[in-house]
Amino acid sequence: MRRIISVLLENEPGALSRVVGLFSQRNYNIETLTVAATEDPTLSRMTVTTRGSDKVIEQITKQLNKLIEVVKLVDLTDGAHIERELMLIKVKASGAQRDEIKRTTDIFRGQVVDVTGSVYTVQLTGDSDKLDAFIQAIGTACVLEVVRTGVSGIARGEKVLSI
Amino acid sequence: MELLSGADMIARFLQDEGVEHIYGYPGGAVLHIYDALFRQDKVKHILVRHEQAAVHMADGYARATGKAGVVLVTSGPGATNTVTGIATAFMDSIPMVVLCGQVPSALIGEDAFQETDMIGVSRPVVKHNLTVRHPEEIPVILKKAFYIASTGRPGPVVVDIPKDMTTPNERWKYEYPKKVKLRSYSPAMRGHSGQIKKAADMLLAAKRPVIYAGGGVILGRASDKLIELARMLNFPVTNTLMGLGCYPATDRQSLGMLGMHGSYEANMVMHHADLILAVGARFDDRVTNAVDKFCPGARIVHIDIDPASISKTVEVDVPIVGPVDSVLKEMIALIKESKEEVDAEALASWWAQIDEWKAFHGGRYVTDDTEKIKPQQVIEALYRVTGGDAYVTSDVGQHQMFAAQYYKFDKPNRWINSGGLGTMGFGLPAAMGIKLNFPDEEVVCVTGEGSIQMNIQELSTCSQYNLPLKIVNINNQSLGMVRQWQDMNYESRHAQSYMKSLPDFIKLAEAYGHVGLKVERLEDLEPALKKAFAMKDKLVFLDIYVDPYEHVYPMQIARGSMKDMWLSKNERT
Repeated sequence: MRRIISVLLENEPGALSRVVGLFSQRNYNIETLTVAATEDPTLSRMTVTTRGSDKVIEQITKQLNKLIEVVKLVDLTDGAHIERELMLIKVKASGAQRDEIKRTTDIFRGQVVDVTGSVYTVQLTGDSDKLDAFIQAIGTACVLEVVRTGVSGIARGEKVLSI
Repeated sequence: MELLSGADMIARFLQDEGVEHIYGYPGGAVLHIYDALFRQDKVKHILVRHEQAAVHMADGYARATGKAGVVLVTSGPGATNTVTGIATAFMDSIPMVVLCGQVPSALIGEDAFQETDMIGVSRPVVKHNLTVRHPEEIPVILKKAFYIASTGRPGPVVVDIPKDMTTPNERWKYEYPKKVKLRSYSPAMRGHSGQIKKAADMLLAAKRPVIYAGGGVILGRASDKLIELARMLNFPVTNTLMGLGCYPATDRQSLGMLGMHGSYEANMVMHHADLILAVGARFDDRVTNAVDKFCPGARIVHIDIDPASISKTVEVDVPIVGPVDSVLKEMIALIKESKEEVDAEALASWWAQIDEWKAFHGGRYVTDDTEKIKPQQVIEALYRVTGGDAYVTSDVGQHQMFAAQYYKFDKPNRWINSGGLGTMGFGLPAAMGIKLNFPDEEVVCVTGEGSIQMNIQELSTCSQYNLPLKIVNINNQSLGMVRQWQDMNYESRHAQSYMKSLPDFIKLAEAYGHVGLKVERLEDLEPALKKAFAMKDKLVFLDIYVDPYEHVYPMQIARGSMKDMWLSKNERT
């Protein structure tokens, strides 16, 4: 099952490599990983999406917790949550295709952020499924380049991950 | 407040931390630190012949005392040579601090001479590692290293120290930090009382119980509590390879070791139990055999300091995360005040069954060939000659299993072996670390002619520091455990498990200034051991030729349950 694990870790050199190393060392898989400092510059917030059985996910959270630099973590998929990913996608946009891509972009509430005579660069945010759906809708044949940030997540309501 | 250079701070910190010995090898990146050590006389440095041995020496000391061992090596090859030792300590949760030199900060990343990313190299095999980025941080970083290494589930911590952090002409304020706090690290201080209550009730209701106690009992200094609990309940106790000695092996309730080469009775009891109390053990694959067939009728209570050890391989019913010592204490108190009592009738018939299993096998081995010494006989003789009271280290292989099976350890911290990683070459340096710190105790390294050659250069260190330990080399002229597997699984095709041109170990021992004794006949075995142990101030290398065809039994059958075992070459359960 797909899980989104949110981690607060010390914003120190080497902390990220410890997390990544743990995943490969223990044969866990990482689908996406995003990390940046929080409002407290001594802390980083990391979001990892991974897949595994309940047993594997339990081990992942326990092993992550064992890392000295991990301060706190939560499995967002345990409760209601919001996930977002940003995609920049460069697509061939010429002839009749040009209007069709613009329409599809509007339907997905994306924005065309750069234009040439034959290419659109589209920015799109949403959960990962939505981004996948957009690529499918316009067809991979016209895709020139895709850049995705990976998932960021946060719990709904008043739940807060902080120290 | 004093002003000290980074190098002097390290020396001073080690003094203030109460470190008596450090083990290491000098080199370019740590010369400032070696100079600082030279200018003081409280912390004594032991010069090994290979850095791996320095780590095993520190490890032996740590296993015998429970305190963190300390290693100092230079950058690059000095640091990489420690990796096997660090991994050995990591797998067995041994507290240790390894100080590694590093090239000066300005050169890091430039492939400088003797530069290795030791933080990266060691990451998968340490509890944590730290880099010194400013000399002022040295005291706090070192304190953190000791704190992390020796609390919670212990483990090795590497500290990477770039050379410019220790330069003698810059001085910084030094104060010994009595305590450090890490917001991201807080090991459990006690177990969950509700869970302990639940477990206590289950123990009292059990009809076919067993206590499965591992290395965590020794690391957590909980031997006394374990003995108290087991005796109070009249439960049988089996130990893992790492837990030997935490429950006295000569006690009536002891079943000996369990697992791949565990005793017949221990594995039978585990398989047929209705309740397993696992204490400081981790359901290792060398214990469980096939996990899906593991102890089908048992409910499991698991006490461990590390939450990640709970239900990692085998699902447990009642997990208790906490220090084994305090959890057992609470459990004992609950059982004492409980109105319930153990089911004495059920226990009596359980013990009758156990005694039958004990009588059926009882660690027997074949001795019909009177010509050759059996390796088991060597351990039994060693046990008699040392009164069962020696510190015994071992290397890895058949001799390790024979030592675990036939030397009956009654005290914790006496059986010192590389259980998790299975590191050949561990035994001699580990014994050195113990002998150095316990000069009046008998320290024996049980080894084989394969393992001993992996760190034999340390015989030289033994001469330098006068370490009169005893080496029992069980010489079967082959890599016995490899050969056993080849006999059992590869139709006796002995690929690379035989070493031609073994050295003359007697001459070799003598060349290093020690005594060598060769033993080839059974009648000479015990007299030779007695002679060796009578030479109190000499290292004696006993080269004992044994039956090269002997196998270790019982041996669990792969992919089976715990009760599926070979009991001898042609007898199975």
